[in-house]
Amino acid sequence: MKVGVITFPGSNCDQDMIYVLETIMEQETVPLWHKEDNLKDCDFIVLPGGFSYGDYLRSGAIARFSPIMKSIIEHANNGGYLMGICNGFQILCEAGLLPGTLLHNNNQKFICKNVHLKVINRESMITSKVDTDKAIQIPIAHGEGRYFINDEGLSLLHSNDQILFRYCNEENEVTPESNPNGSIENIAGVCNEGKNVFGMMPHPERASDLNLLNVDGKALFESILV
Amino acid sequence: MTVLTYKQPEVTDEMIRFHGLTPEEYQKIQEILGRNPNYTELGIFSVMWSEHCSYKNSIALIKTLPREGKYLLAKAGEENAGAVDIGDGLAVVFKIESHNHPSAIEPYQGAATGVGGILRDIFTMGARPIAALNSLRFGSPDNPRVRYLLDGVVRGIGDYGNSFGVPTVGGEVYFDDSYTGNPLVNAMAVGIVKSDKIASAVASGVGNVLMIVGSKTGRDGIHGATFASEEISEKSTEKRPSVQIGDPFMEKLLLEATLEIIKEDLIVGIQDMGAAGITCSTSEMSAKGETGVEIDIEETPVREAAMTPYEILLSESQERMLVCVKKGNESKVADIFDKWGLDSKIIGKVTSDKMMTIKFNGDIVSQIPSDSLVLGGGAPVYQRETKRPAYMDELHKIDLSSYSLKQDWNKILLRMMAAPNICHKGWVHEQYDSTVRTGTAVGPGSDAAIIRLRKTKKLLAMTTDCNPRFVYTNPKIGTRSAVAEAARNIVCSGGKPLAVTNCLNFGNPYKPEVYYCFSEAIKGMGEACEVFETPVTGGNVSFYNEDPEGAVFPTPTIGMIGLIEDSSHITTQWFKDEADSVFLLGETKEELGASEYLNTVFKQTKGDVPVLNLEAEKNLQDALLDAIKSGWIKSAHDTSEGGLAVSLAECSISNRERQLGLTCELDESIRYDCLLFGESQSRVVISSSKENQSKVIEHFGSKNIPIKLIGKTGGDRLKINNLVNISLLELTDSFFNSLHNIMESPKSAEGNI
Repeated sequence: MKVGVITFPGSNCDQDMIYVLETIMEQETVPLWHKEDNLKDCDFIVLPGGFSYGDYLRSGAIARFSPIMKSIIEHANNGGYLMGICNGFQILCEAGLLPGTLLHNNNQKFICKNVHLKVINRESMITSKVDTDKAIQIPIAHGEGRYFINDEGLSLLHSNDQILFRYCNEENEVTPESNPNGSIENIAGVCNEGKNVFGMMPHPERASDLNLLNVDGKALFESILV
Repeated sequence: MTVLTYKQPEVTDEMIRFHGLTPEEYQKIQEILGRNPNYTELGIFSVMWSEHCSYKNSIALIKTLPREGKYLLAKAGEENAGAVDIGDGLAVVFKIESHNHPSAIEPYQGAATGVGGILRDIFTMGARPIAALNSLRFGSPDNPRVRYLLDGVVRGIGDYGNSFGVPTVGGEVYFDDSYTGNPLVNAMAVGIVKSDKIASAVASGVGNVLMIVGSKTGRDGIHGATFASEEISEKSTEKRPSVQIGDPFMEKLLLEATLEIIKEDLIVGIQDMGAAGITCSTSEMSAKGETGVEIDIEETPVREAAMTPYEILLSESQERMLVCVKKGNESKVADIFDKWGLDSKIIGKVTSDKMMTIKFNGDIVSQIPSDSLVLGGGAPVYQRETKRPAYMDELHKIDLSSYSLKQDWNKILLRMMAAPNICHKGWVHEQYDSTVRTGTAVGPGSDAAIIRLRKTKKLLAMTTDCNPRFVYTNPKIGTRSAVAEAARNIVCSGGKPLAVTNCLNFGNPYKPEVYYCFSEAIKGMGEACEVFETPVTGGNVSFYNEDPEGAVFPTPTIGMIGLIEDSSHITTQWFKDEADSVFLLGETKEELGASEYLNTVFKQTKGDVPVLNLEAEKNLQDALLDAIKSGWIKSAHDTSEGGLAVSLAECSISNRERQLGLTCELDESIRYDCLLFGESQSRVVISSSKENQSKVIEHFGSKNIPIKLIGKTGGDRLKINNLVNISLLELTDSFFNSLHNIMESPKSAEGNI
């Protein structure tokens, strides 16, 4: 599989993502600069985490106007695969490729810690290889990660099986205490209706290297490569 | 276009005083120039000869510190930060710096720009920052203004480092009333560079051009360096405009563009603009190159209208660099900065006359010999008067019998675990991204943070340490202890101590008592660094840390780097498995002086610092590192603030995901308070499997290291003799929730902030 990783000005997880895809997953990986206008025939595009354009206005609000976004929207509309992590998720929501939005964490602070996730949609392209019997542990690191969507949108997420992950405790139970940022229904990741665009706040690339003792995130990348 | 000329205000006595120059210094300036300085020149001398830039009251003593070592690639004072060879063609570049005064006035921006400044010091040498740490000191968190400062500082550090994309992995947070009006914010950064690609802060090659790159220049931060060189008073809030504004997004772009021009070999030298802005970088780069520079100051991209040469020269606007470009590469450099959306502009050239000449629309507005401005050149050097503070003799007297031993030790231990200086600092470090760059093998919360180096087997251990109560009580021994503790933390993590950076936070150097503490601290540091073979590679001095209530505790913060040869050597403080054997290395003596116990329980700082034998400490550390490398040691944790009982509790609970109880028996031949909470030095709690128990005892015994098998892990309680018997749940609640409760639901909510 040929994977493209976009670098916006202010992206800071692009190199981490490239390292995991190229060195650990051994995939052909192409760095894509935000000023480019074609995706170089990549099959799967990743929008990595970071603070695109400093996120001074609203996370992802400016990056969605980058030149490369036109090709990305086209790619998604043609059924191409696309995944946004953290800031990438925020950009995809701003661009209207994913439903809902990401608000400031309910404690109004940046939060960096390991959290547990329960896999909800077990058949999606990024969850098919994940062991869904137990909670997976993946770090979060964000200031604006509180997922919000209106009632109508929420019921569509339910009926179309678009919820990928919920924050949960170690026992795989979704509880109010295990919700780190106040996300509606503990939602940590969603996909679009066509199940080809994925977004999540936790960072699977930070839990994919045995040297860092946690490889729960690697199953997501293994799922993609099937 | 009308060409502006600049009419300089006349220099008056009042103006000389305002610029913080003494009559003797003014006379020296007249001698250097052979005439009276004009207004612009006065401003330039004022910042360059300020304490902050010239180190005039500290440099003579700092030069006595051990600065030699076979692995050093850039020694103290030679470049923006120290550089140490770690093999595999790589060097580690690291430095710590203070941003105390700005943070006291404007905590968010003060701390943010402190982080920005230290990161630039690292990448201006061509190194990519891989980790950040902080050493923070505040007054009591019961005080609402202190909470406001702590909240602002932590958000400032977090927002800057998180956006920039460097993991903030460790450091300290310490509370004492002496810091109430003058908090300390010391930021450390660590970077990696190919050892043959270290960039230098030099301007050379007559005819090469100078380019200013990065942000536009504004009026922010003018005289920041001078502001940092005086005491804080009620008037200090008027100096808010002296505090710079940080833009981490700009810094991230500047990082990428800077590393690209260095990698492409387009430049001769580069220096970031921190204190004293363009003035400092031009004069230092030309003095180092033994050249001159000629600057057309009106070419500087500015973001405010009608800025005078004086203002442009002294602005401390952030996220800027001065680059000396190899002739012919100007457009290549400009293209790289343009790619990253950044300004670059040619503002001058290298000359042969050794003068820093500033022109404004063709008129010379300042002309000064470069060397006369800089540290090691013409900047003044003083050694001040010292006097042993009167408080010390009284402080050292302690009558242990006055402290009752009829205590509920369970309750006391819980109180100690919740004390602000001991409790878990999750409220702080969860606001920092500690996992970006996917290199963090051990994040905040163990003895040292550990970062792996991609494409090698090696890892770096890093820590900042200083127990300022020890230094206040006994400056020389206290500073030795700071170095010893830093080295112990590195060794407990499986690393070999490599080198030190220091941040020396003291009061007004013109007060003999303050200068006594400073000079004693330097002596103690020098002695300890010799023994641990950790040369001082640089750092920063911050004087004038005083508010109207007095000076802060003398605080020589030690930042230390260690090398871990293989990931199998990584060691953390928490117990690993049931039924493991637990040992205490080192001796517990009847010492209670300067302890956190006396501070927390009796609100006292009393008694002399516990005895420290540097040779014995070094032997213990060497033997411990050998044992770790042999694979026998499952956990290692040094005892420091709070003593042995606190250390044992931390071993049991500090890894929240895997807590393990302990039942242990300690030798009861000394007083219970000293046994549990005394801070005897050179002690480490280690654990091993039962199978390796005899090897461990024999190993340390053969090296004459005191070792005692004290107990074994298991269960869900901490039991120490018949003194302590507490559930881990209770300990966890005290330890992990204390700071969160203080900050989020404080008891005293009222008061002015």
